[in-house]
Amino acid sequence: MSKLVYLVPLFPLIGFLINGLGRKYLSKSLSGIIGSGVILASFIISLLIFNETRAEGFTAVTVNLFEFINVAGLNIPFAFQVDQLSVLFLLIITGVGFLIHVYSTSYMNAEEPHHYARYFSFLNLFVFSMLLLVLGSNYLIMFIGWEGVGLCSYLLIGYWFKNTEYGNAARKAFVMNRIGDLGFLLGLFFIIQQFGSLTYTEVFSQAQGAGVGILTVITLLLFVGATGKSAQIPLYTWLPDAMAGPTPVSALIHAATMVTAGIYMIARSNILYTLAPVSQTVVAVVGLATAILAATIAIKQNDIKKVLAYSTVSQLGYMFLGLGVGAYTGAVFHVMTHAFFKALLFLGAGSVIHAMHHEQDIRKMGGLAKKLPHTHWTFLIGCIAIAGIPPFSGFFSKDEILTHAFAANPVYYIIGLLGALMTAFYMFRLYAMTFRGTFRGTKEQEHHLHESPWSMVIPLIVLAVLATVAGFVGIPELFAPDAHRLEHYLAPVFAASAQIAEGHHVPASTEWILLGVSLVMIAVSILYALNRFSKKPETEEATGFGKVLANKWYVDELYETFISKPLNGVGYVFNRFVEKSGIDGLVNGVGKSVQWGGRQLRLLQSGQVGNYVLLMVLGILIFFVIALFI
Amino acid sequence: MPINYYIILAVALFSIGVAGVLTRRNAIIIFMCVELMLNAVNLLLVAFSKMHYANVVALNPASPVGTEAQLFVFFIMVVAAAEVSVGLAIIVMMYRNIHSVDINFLNRLKH
Repeated sequence: MSKLVYLVPLFPLIGFLINGLGRKYLSKSLSGIIGSGVILASFIISLLIFNETRAEGFTAVTVNLFEFINVAGLNIPFAFQVDQLSVLFLLIITGVGFLIHVYSTSYMNAEEPHHYARYFSFLNLFVFSMLLLVLGSNYLIMFIGWEGVGLCSYLLIGYWFKNTEYGNAARKAFVMNRIGDLGFLLGLFFIIQQFGSLTYTEVFSQAQGAGVGILTVITLLLFVGATGKSAQIPLYTWLPDAMAGPTPVSALIHAATMVTAGIYMIARSNILYTLAPVSQTVVAVVGLATAILAATIAIKQNDIKKVLAYSTVSQLGYMFLGLGVGAYTGAVFHVMTHAFFKALLFLGAGSVIHAMHHEQDIRKMGGLAKKLPHTHWTFLIGCIAIAGIPPFSGFFSKDEILTHAFAANPVYYIIGLLGALMTAFYMFRLYAMTFRGTFRGTKEQEHHLHESPWSMVIPLIVLAVLATVAGFVGIPELFAPDAHRLEHYLAPVFAASAQIAEGHHVPASTEWILLGVSLVMIAVSILYALNRFSKKPETEEATGFGKVLANKWYVDELYETFISKPLNGVGYVFNRFVEKSGIDGLVNGVGKSVQWGGRQLRLLQSGQVGNYVLLMVLGILIFFVIALFI
Repeated sequence: MPINYYIILAVALFSIGVAGVLTRRNAIIIFMCVELMLNAVNLLLVAFSKMHYANVVALNPASPVGTEAQLFVFFIMVVAAAEVSVGLAIIVMMYRNIHSVDINFLNRLKH
């Protein structure tokens, strides 16, 4: 079955082509069915492959499709690698992706048929690129998918391209990703220079022989790529702006695809990072800083999608913290649980926005629990899961990361716990302001409030179930020995790293204390948020320090002043003086002088035969003079 | 007679022809001047041929060198006669169309 792995990305590609080329001819229901159907087909094949990889003693399979680049001793095949890590990502991408597609069929129903088909074709292309990214057996295939998701995010964020602001958000996402991609590309060049190959197996088997210096350079450059794609400091500002796209797209970007690319890449290159402790520290610190910064911003946001966006940035920070402290399984585990509850939260937010007729400001919501019962319950589950209350999934994955962080450095743990408290706080602030209290919108909006159709509710329910139970694949050692099925499953991928890294072990008693403390604190912060915002919602503008948070620490303004403006100035100077007068002057000057010469020479052709003869005779005379006297 | 005389005569004829072509506007006169130039060249050809023949025979009476150049002149005259007829026909047609033989009226190559 794993030989058929090429079918997994092939189906979305076909869906993309059919929907993209036939967008003028397909009816809406047909393009919806095609768009979702191809992802379902990929999901089924992924499940079958997953079944195969679960078998004891399964070794990674490389499926060679064709020779891609073979030049000057560098051989890069177009090949897919099927192993536990890539298959797990396949399941997340196609599974969550399928639910988002189904949800989209209703959510986007107001669109014109050809825009509807365009939407699904982009969505399919997005899934295709992401599948390529996780399936590649070398860094180049990963890079193709890496660029592909960047392109698709641009296309989908700017889906409503007639709105200039959305178009700018799309461009921002694209440019920020390009900055990261440059780092990634440089990393690849260093890998080629050092190892003479881009294939994972070859690179990783030689990694232990390489110097720490070069590995640090490579891993840091790759991490620059990851900060762009996975929205870490300093390249995170595109992700909240990416809310300009349709809500299911946000769900797709934040949960199943795109932002997990950076996590996947580092998890895939785990051995390189394990061998470069400096890079690991950088990853952990950047992740932690992002987690805490984004969490503080989320506390004061009033746009339902912006809160979720910053919570994604924050959760991604946790994943990088996990990667940085060597908890690779924990990070991948958190990717999985996060995919479920974040897709759930985004789709739930989409359902709310749908019911509110595209109102996104939570200050104008409130009391929606009665009107949208299914959305309410599923959203609540998502909030509990992300806050980290057992037995919901977020608890297990976050706990695993934080425990490892404690083992590496207790400071990481304390800051991480602070972030987790803020997560619980802002999620329940969001929940309380949206669903509790009394309705604060207009009468007309209240009149039109309605629960979303089943094709939107069913994905919510499925995701809610997954967000509830997904944690049980990774029950920590503390509760039951040998119950961490995910760790067992992923062990072959991280085996080499596990051998090198010295095992930090936290005594069971300490672990219990940590668990208890964090749970109590999270519960307190949830209750506080619920109490405070259900009764007296925060409707006035923030003041003082809150204003700094509401304005996102002015990071966008900072970038604008110190990076965009100077760059624009340099661009203006170059455009005005070098391009317009220098290069254009040169090019136009050549053209103008030829034209001028032609105009002068044209006068010679007067039509007077006598002139021609005279010139002829003069010419002959000149030849005579030359022949006779020179 | 020394060859120089022939050359001077031919050059004089040719120059008169050139001057005529350059200065006159009447198509028939120009045509006549062209003929003058042509015949100046013919004269030169015959003169050189005669000189060459004399030189070769003086060295070796049995030499197979013939008088090809003088025959060549006859060919030129035949071709020139044909050309004259065509040229005159053109001039006649020109006169019929524009009632003039002034070449400056014909400077646009179209009507």
